[in-house]
Amino acid sequence: MNTTNMLLAAPELWVLTMACVILIVDLFLREERRGIIHMLAMITLIFAAIITLRADYLSEGLRSATAFNGSFIRDPMGDVLKLFSLFVLGIVYIYSKFYLRQFRMFRADFYTLSLFALLGVMLLISANNLVTIYLGLELISLSSYALVAFDRESKRGSEAAMKYFVLGSMASGMLLYGMSMIYGATGSMDLIQIADAISTRGGDDLLLVFGMVFLVVGLAFKLGVVPFHMWIPDVYHGAPVAVTLFISSVPKMAAFAMAFRLLHTGLGELHADWQQMLSLLAILSIVLGNLAAIAQTNIKRMLAYSTISHMGFVLMGLLPGTASGFGAGMYYVIVYSVMSAAGFGMVILLSARGVEAEQLDDFKGLNQRNSWYAAIMAMVMFSMAGVPVFVGFFAKWLVIKAALDAGLVWLAIMAVIFSVVGAFYYLRVVKLMYFDEPVTESPIEAPVDFRAAISLNGVMILGLGIFSSSLIAVCMSSFGA
Amino acid sequence: MASNWPILSILIWLPILGGITVIAAGAQRASLARLLALVISILTFVFSISLFTSFDTTTAAMQFTELEPWVATFDIFYRLGVDGFSVPLILLTTFFGVLVVIAGWEVIQDNVHQYMAAFLIMEGLMVGVFCALDAMLFYVFFEAMLIPMFLAIGMWGGPRRVYATIKFFLYTFLGSVFMLIGLIYLYIQSGTWSILEWHQFPLTLEVQKWLFLGFLAAFSVKIPMWPVHTWLPDAHVEAPTGGSVVLAAIMLKIGGYGFIRFSLPITPDASAALDWLIITLSLIAVVYIGFVALVQKDMKKLIAYSSISHMGFVTLGLFLAFAIFQNSEGGRGAALGVEGAMVQMISHGFVSGALFLCVGVLYDRLHSRMIADYGGVANTMPWFASFAVLFFMANSGLPGTSGFVGEFMVILAAFQANFWYAFLAALTLILGAAYSLWLVKRVIFGEVTNQEVANLKDINAREAFVLGTIAVAVLLVGLWPQPLVELMHASVDQLLQHIQQPKFTVAGI
Repeated sequence: MNTTNMLLAAPELWVLTMACVILIVDLFLREERRGIIHMLAMITLIFAAIITLRADYLSEGLRSATAFNGSFIRDPMGDVLKLFSLFVLGIVYIYSKFYLRQFRMFRADFYTLSLFALLGVMLLISANNLVTIYLGLELISLSSYALVAFDRESKRGSEAAMKYFVLGSMASGMLLYGMSMIYGATGSMDLIQIADAISTRGGDDLLLVFGMVFLVVGLAFKLGVVPFHMWIPDVYHGAPVAVTLFISSVPKMAAFAMAFRLLHTGLGELHADWQQMLSLLAILSIVLGNLAAIAQTNIKRMLAYSTISHMGFVLMGLLPGTASGFGAGMYYVIVYSVMSAAGFGMVILLSARGVEAEQLDDFKGLNQRNSWYAAIMAMVMFSMAGVPVFVGFFAKWLVIKAALDAGLVWLAIMAVIFSVVGAFYYLRVVKLMYFDEPVTESPIEAPVDFRAAISLNGVMILGLGIFSSSLIAVCMSSFGA
Repeated sequence: MASNWPILSILIWLPILGGITVIAAGAQRASLARLLALVISILTFVFSISLFTSFDTTTAAMQFTELEPWVATFDIFYRLGVDGFSVPLILLTTFFGVLVVIAGWEVIQDNVHQYMAAFLIMEGLMVGVFCALDAMLFYVFFEAMLIPMFLAIGMWGGPRRVYATIKFFLYTFLGSVFMLIGLIYLYIQSGTWSILEWHQFPLTLEVQKWLFLGFLAAFSVKIPMWPVHTWLPDAHVEAPTGGSVVLAAIMLKIGGYGFIRFSLPITPDASAALDWLIITLSLIAVVYIGFVALVQKDMKKLIAYSSISHMGFVTLGLFLAFAIFQNSEGGRGAALGVEGAMVQMISHGFVSGALFLCVGVLYDRLHSRMIADYGGVANTMPWFASFAVLFFMANSGLPGTSGFVGEFMVILAAFQANFWYAFLAALTLILGAAYSLWLVKRVIFGEVTNQEVANLKDINAREAFVLGTIAVAVLLVGLWPQPLVELMHASVDQLLQHIQQPKFTVAGI
């Protein structure tokens, strides 16, 4: 019994061990040999992926398996999300190494903190119990707070971290409060038992509904949807780009998994109640995110508001409560992470000599400086705007289809209208790169692994679009759709 | 040519992959980029001719079909096929594919490889639009096409290019997302993305009306119809010559093609119920925009407005059918309207493309598009003047040129529908002649007005080749339209039979 538990949680245990190993190894390393830390972190990710792929429970014909008294679950959705978390984090590390070296912040703390955050992500993805959910969530949050303040000299970073910490703690408090009410109403912490309790006793319980409202608030904060989005622009702006890159991609996948587990596995019976709340959150995010992004001159803030609108689209996938809806949401969140990584990767690429390329104007005339990088950024922008044949388009149409399936025509119409509004600010970046003259002629230099990673990332955005079939099939089959 | 070649895929992917090759190979050597682009576009054109020669005109069924699964989870297929409506438009596309490359030969000096690649990729995507029989595939091509055009206008356009190109992109994007919702709705209802199966799929009148409006949003912007035409003059004026040519000659036709492929057969009853709307808007475009064209000071703008007015004829011809059915004379009247619309699209493709090339010739020399800056060009550029006069005559519908055939067929059909439709439509013969010939008078004839015009050099061999080829096409379609009409005959008959059957009675609703 115990070995089965351990085996199911093997990827998490491996990441935990390696995070501790890296922490210790760093003590004995001289500064110029820090590259070893990077290598160790990459090895951690690769082996974690291999262990995750060896999903023995699937060979026994099961769709999922639980461990530790049902508080931990392995299922195809979780595995796919973990694999993509590992993959995206690998890309993040390659981008970050270049950035951290350039900005003299190449310290092992970045790797240990982000590996602990990754552990939280993996735990949250597999959490099947209110306690595990909270544990995973706090692991991500605490690591992220520290990461945001990673640049010790930056006042803006400390301010952002403070903001993030205060608001994040409040959201965690809300979530805990909600959990306690749910526990009070159902008498259990286990999501399956909660679902059973609700279906036998009915969902008409005031305490239960209140608990759900608090859960949704906490969830909305972590996803960063309107009106719980206030931290996003400041944190994205204040944090070093390498950290923004991390918090804008990997944890989103965990947040999606958490939303699925809480709302569907646990509170599936209350679908009608949370659907209303989520549709309001979704539409507000799409509207406000896209409108506010237009006014930004700072690319980090622009991408922050664009994240808000993208998370609105993810919620649209969750809304219908159907398998194909969840599949659409999962596809969206994966695709978003890949696009976001490429977008912030480009910001890192253009940063030179200790100055972050965070103004939109830094992208001016990029096509003349290097047309391949300009093409990558253009693909990211068109993909985020939802123009075919890039992968972002398929993500958008899947969630729109999910909304139409559920009969939410007005939501679908609002979503497409505001994605046209959103297209404007994405096009503006393309305009700066292609139609304007460069302000500087200095060549863009990057190490070979960076160039390979960003090229792969850009080609993925096109390739996953043209050959979209397999990833869509994987996401849909994770939910049996 | 082996008949089992996937000829449609070749026509789509040869220019697209070719464009990528041009970008990769021609970055340092502009001459290599030009040459490569020329070879690829000529190859594509040659392939498209084999499509024409082996096309069977006796059947309305789809030919050269290809079927591969694309996104199997959602029944999306890579489904291609052509009929009498698409073949002429594909030929038009590949024909202009070659001419655009030649027209940009010396004119474009910056980023030549990207210019050539943009137009090659655009060509492949536009052929894709005309071949796609899967609605999702159609939508992907329909939208993806915007990207190279957006870049082409923005990178090589005039002073207000950024405004024009963003307006162009957002306008068309907004129109097509409404269609996307309609398409997804149809998929949810029918379980397939096949456009041909949708033709047979029964729908209630209520649903049809909403779908019709969704399609209208996309195609009326694309074609464009009054009052959503305002992006077109801006885009035309600011676009480089090649961009204007492709925009006018082919991209506008995609709107008309959309009406034929989607609106009419998928929502025939809604089309019948709302035909008054299209006919009214078309007549407004024909008459009012004709007057607007009359007062333009900028040559490109004048041609742009004349395009809108001519596209009014296309939508008019397509939607006259229902009024003609009601007059119960039946027979050829409705077919005349639809065939007239198709001929008008092809003819306008040649003529407007040629006119923009003519303006391009002048602009390359004097860097002005203003009518007032010219005068007496015929004295210094006699060869150019003869071509330009021919094309402007064709634009005003002179018998013997292609412009006459389509307009005449539509006006004839309009008479069978309603005298006043025909009367208003026929006004174009006066208005078209007025704005075209007045422009000719001010720009080409008369005394040489200034020193710059006096110093003009006549067209070189390259320009003469481009204009000459189109001139032959214009006269050929004008004097001998029979092969073109025969090409689409079977498809037109089938379409008209189809749209006479109410769809909701099939459903028993």
